[in-house]
Amino acid sequence: MLKRHGEQTVIFSKPVGIVAASSVVGPKEGEGPLGGRFDLVENGLMFETRSWEAAESKFAKTAVNLCSCKAEIPVGDFEYIIAGDLLNQSTGSIFGLRDTNRPYLGIFGACSAMGEGLSIGGMLIDGGFAQKVMIVASSHFCSAEKQFRFPLEFGSQRPPTSSWTVTGAAAAALTAGGKGPALMGCTTGKIVDMGVKDAHNMGAAMAGAAADTIAAHFRDLGRNPSYYDAIITGDLGHVGQELLLQMLSREGFEIASRHRDCGIEIFDKDTQGTLNGGSGCACSGVVFAAYFYEEMKRGKYNKILFVPTGALMSPTSVQQGESIPGIAHAVIIENWS
Amino acid sequence: MKTNRQHYDQMVKKASPNSKLGLNCFKAFIVGGLICVLGQFLYGLFESWGATNDQAATYVAITLIFSAVLLTGIGKFDDLVNFAGAGAAVPITGFANAMASPAIEFKKEGYIFGVGAKMFLIAGPVIVYGTLASMLVGIVYFFIQR
Repeated sequence: MLKRHGEQTVIFSKPVGIVAASSVVGPKEGEGPLGGRFDLVENGLMFETRSWEAAESKFAKTAVNLCSCKAEIPVGDFEYIIAGDLLNQSTGSIFGLRDTNRPYLGIFGACSAMGEGLSIGGMLIDGGFAQKVMIVASSHFCSAEKQFRFPLEFGSQRPPTSSWTVTGAAAAALTAGGKGPALMGCTTGKIVDMGVKDAHNMGAAMAGAAADTIAAHFRDLGRNPSYYDAIITGDLGHVGQELLLQMLSREGFEIASRHRDCGIEIFDKDTQGTLNGGSGCACSGVVFAAYFYEEMKRGKYNKILFVPTGALMSPTSVQQGESIPGIAHAVIIENWS
Repeated sequence: MKTNRQHYDQMVKKASPNSKLGLNCFKAFIVGGLICVLGQFLYGLFESWGATNDQAATYVAITLIFSAVLLTGIGKFDDLVNFAGAGAAVPITGFANAMASPAIEFKKEGYIFGVGAKMFLIAGPVIVYGTLASMLVGIVYFFIQR
C-alpha cells in the first residue's frame, strides 16, 4: 500500500496511538484560561534549579516522567525519545533527558517541534522500527528572552505584535495500535520565507508557512477543511491568524469557523499582557496535551489537523538582516476504536 | 501560493496593530518629568545639607543610579519601563538598568565570561558611540577655538 500522497503527505498504514500526553507549565500559564487543565503548574520560574536553562530542562524531564506514568509505560521501555526546544544546541532537551538512558533523537524546528516530533515518531512506528516512542517539546520564557532578546530585568517596551514565550514542557507517548486519539498521517512543511524581517512579529513570519502546509495537505489528500472538526495552529497569535485565514481564502480554503490557535488559547491577552499571544515549543505542546487531546478523548473533537508552527531564525541571522523563514508541520489526529 | 511577497508585506502592515504612540509619549513625558523633578528635589536637598553645586550633581546621579539598580535587582524596573518607556529608559536610570540587568542575568556563566564580559551587552554601544561623538565634538571645538 502506497503511504505517500502528493508532494508532502504520508498516510500511515495503521493508526499510531497517542496513549498519553502530559503538560507542565509555569505560573503565568497556570493563571491563563487553561490553568486548571494542565497536569502540573510549577509556581517558581526557576523550578528549584540554579538557572533558567536548567529550569527548562527540569520542565522537560518532569513532562517525560508524567507522560510515562499516564501511559503506564516505564521510561526505559521507550525505544526512542524525540525532543526539541529553542535553546542553542538543544540544551533544554539534552540536559532534561540525559538521565533517561534511552535512544535520543534531537530535532530543531523552532516552535514546530511537537509537530515535527509527532511526524517522525509516527513514521518510526508505522515503519516498524519501534513500538513505543515519546515526543517532548519544551520552552521557557526567561531562557528564550535571554537568548533571543534582552536580559530579563532589562526595561523595554514590547510592540503589540510580539509574542510571549510559554514556560513549560509537553510530552506525548506513541504506541503501535491502541484506541482513542491516534496519528493517521502527516504533512511535512517546507521552509517558507515571506520576507518578514521583524523579529517582534513572529505570527506574520510563520503564517505563510502555515498556509502553505495546510493548503498542501488539502491538495495532497483531496480533502476539504470540512473533513476536520478543528484545524489547530501552534503559535500564530492574533496577527498570524488573520493572515493565515486571508491567505488560505485566496487558495480557496475557508477555515475560519474551525481554526484555533494554541497561542491565542493559552493566555488571556486582555488581562495577561501577552499581546499577540503565546509562542515557544511548549505552546502548541501543552495546549494540545492539556486541551485538544483531552477534548478528543471526551468526544468533543473526532478529527483534527494539528499544525505546530516555527520561526527558523537565530539572533545572529536577524542581526545580519536576514528575513525570518517559517515552517509548519501538520499531523492528522483522529479518534480510533 | 497565490500570495506573493509584495502583497504579503501589505497584508502584514494592515494586520499588525501599531504601538499607541500618543499614549506612550504622554506616559513617557509624565514619568520622565517626575524622575527629573525627583533629581531636582534631591539636588536642592543635598545643597541644603551643604554640598557645592558639583558635589550635589554627583550625589543626585549616585542616588538615581542606586535607586534604578535596586529596582532592577528586585525585579521592578522592567515593569516601570514597560509602563513608561523612554520616560524611564532615557534618564540615567535607564543606563543603570542596562548595566545591572545583564550583570544579574549572566552571573550564572561566572564572574569573568558572565558578569564581566556580558555587563556591557546593552550599554557597550552607548559608551563606544558616546565616546566617539565626544571626540568628534572635541575636534570641532578645537578648530573653532583657533
